[in-house]
Amino acid sequence: MLDQTQVERLEAEAVNSAKLRQPLYVARKKIFPKRASGRFRQFKWLVMAITLGIYYLTPWLRWDRGAFAPDQAVLLDLANRRFYFFFVEIWPQEFYYVAGLLMMAGVGLFLITSTVGRAWCGYTCPQTVWVDLFLVVERAIEGDRNARIKLDAAPWTARKLFLRVSKHAVWLVIAVATGGAWIFYFADAPKLLGEVATGTAAPVAYVTIAVLTGTTYVFGGLMREQVCTYMCPWPRIQAAMLDENSLTVTYNDWRGEPRSRHAKKATAAGQPVGDCVDCNACVAVCPMGIDIRDGQQLECITCALCIDACDSVMDKLGRERGLISYATLADYNANMAVATSGGASPVNPALVRTASGSFVDGLAHFHLGKIFRLRTYIYLGAWSAIGLVLVYSLLTRERLELNVLHDRNPQFVTLSDGSIRNGYTVKLLNMIDDTRAEDD
Amino acid sequence: MSNEHIDEISGVMTTGHEWDGIKELNNPLPRWWVITFYVTIAWALAYTIAYPAWPMLSSATNGVLSFSSRNDVKNELAAAEAAKAKYVAAIQSKSVSEIAGDDALREFAVAAGGAAFKVNCVQCHGSGALGSKGFPNLNDDDWLWGGKTEQIHQTITHGIRFAADADTRQSEMTAFVDVLKPEQIAQVSAYVASLSGPMHDKSLIEPGAKVFADNCAACHGENAKGNRELGAPDLTDAIWLYGSGEAAIAAQVRAPKNGVMPAWVGRLGETTVKELAVYVHSLGGGE
Repeated sequence: MLDQTQVERLEAEAVNSAKLRQPLYVARKKIFPKRASGRFRQFKWLVMAITLGIYYLTPWLRWDRGAFAPDQAVLLDLANRRFYFFFVEIWPQEFYYVAGLLMMAGVGLFLITSTVGRAWCGYTCPQTVWVDLFLVVERAIEGDRNARIKLDAAPWTARKLFLRVSKHAVWLVIAVATGGAWIFYFADAPKLLGEVATGTAAPVAYVTIAVLTGTTYVFGGLMREQVCTYMCPWPRIQAAMLDENSLTVTYNDWRGEPRSRHAKKATAAGQPVGDCVDCNACVAVCPMGIDIRDGQQLECITCALCIDACDSVMDKLGRERGLISYATLADYNANMAVATSGGASPVNPALVRTASGSFVDGLAHFHLGKIFRLRTYIYLGAWSAIGLVLVYSLLTRERLELNVLHDRNPQFVTLSDGSIRNGYTVKLLNMIDDTRAEDD
Repeated sequence: MSNEHIDEISGVMTTGHEWDGIKELNNPLPRWWVITFYVTIAWALAYTIAYPAWPMLSSATNGVLSFSSRNDVKNELAAAEAAKAKYVAAIQSKSVSEIAGDDALREFAVAAGGAAFKVNCVQCHGSGALGSKGFPNLNDDDWLWGGKTEQIHQTITHGIRFAADADTRQSEMTAFVDVLKPEQIAQVSAYVASLSGPMHDKSLIEPGAKVFADNCAACHGENAKGNRELGAPDLTDAIWLYGSGEAAIAAQVRAPKNGVMPAWVGRLGETTVKELAVYVHSLGGGE
């Protein structure tokens, strides 16, 4: 008999061993954002009202241009190749104005992102605004977070069916209105509305409405955060624009940790206790379904609703607001260094507070000067320069154009008396919305 | 060993690749993404069934929708023909001068005639209708057989010296090499050249004028202005079909070249010929 200890033990593992397996795909986890209230929620309501107002109402604004041009304030007249924007009229050969606007939009996005982080994502992105709108509907019909979780888990009853059908019906109405509003930018709105209603509009109008209805309903109602996390390239581009001086929604561990649900007991036992009571309010309100306390992450659109949720909890507890706050990474790191004795120990909230309970001096606090730095000045300068060039060029542009093109074939014709006839094509562009006298 | 591929912080498997300390997480895909992926595959397969796709030995599958780009072209051409029908009918029933007098019809005829010209006429007259030696320039104001719409129409319909058409425009300049003496040819050439340009040897002009009156005036006219009935060119202007100057004129007097233009009505049909006439008339020299 051989001693078992003499058998060589090999380092081998099956390639399909259970611990190596992981699913190829996972289902979406449903998110039931709770209603938040506070400063940022108020601000988001305001932004939503303004952006949706602009989107739905702009085509209905009138702007008198006389008898020779449409009276719609904003109109992309593709058939006649004209772009009207209030007092500005752009012809195809002036398309560089649009290119300039796109450049300004790009640089403007750099500027916003490098200073206040993903503010575009959090407040003004159509995906965010429409999801917010769809959530308002969902909340009004099905109730707030807990009611919705309960309803979702409940078996199908007449009530559940009624609530679900109502919700999707309202969503669809909003989606149709969204697609419907879009087409009015491309034709005279009142006339087109009549045509759409009577079924006499161009097929492209109906196709556009149908496509935008579909995308609005699917993205705003069904996919929501999946669009931001998986489909949108913008979150990936952020990383190149954010730096340690950009504002991001931050969980301030340096005053929050160690979190505890039983602060009094822990304090009595002599353990250090941070401000976070682990109530999960920040997670419950998050439309992306993430926990901001895990740190800055790709999914966070910086909508700041967790700040509102946390602030109201801090108010109730009688502690300073700002456990979750807009902060720069530089400030956060500086305060973390204080709370951890320069990284030597775990977070000790005692280190950031004086004996009387207020914050120690020397903690970094946010002020506007921090986000304005060389980089943002360069962005601001480039943005303004493009804008000024565009405005100058717009104010000084010529509204009369004469093109004389010499015929190429035949280049010239010799006539019977020996003279030469040259052919020209003359193009005269009168770009004001009125007739001109010959000497104008 | 295998645990090396699990990321400590997220607990997610990594791909095992590492760049400067950065590892790539191997997160599972969202289910809707995988479903979308499979749907696109199904769509692609369905597409190959719906449309011509799979190669066979001598052709390919036709697809259940019976799509054919040739059919599409045929339908589009039929639609274009239908759209043109109104104009074509009007052109058939009207004379060329009536067509030229009607703005809408003229515009249509010029466009259609221009297209026909580029296929049938540019080989001789050039893409700009500038012509070349022996082939008339159609842009200028010099017309051998007349520059009115009807005259141009007649020329295109029956051709010039085109034996197969009984109504063709007919004329033939005599070869004077056997009729005139060489010095007479030199004299008459000098005279004709003097009609439109400065002369060097004035001594030839007077005898040349006499030779002209005796031999040439019958067709080209006493004043050498030509005769459109006979297609006899105006010899006093700046335009020379076979070249200007005494040498070119002398060569033409000795052994004239008589160009031929085919009759087009048989090949192109009455409508296209009318359109061509209106187009040629519109080039700038029409009378």
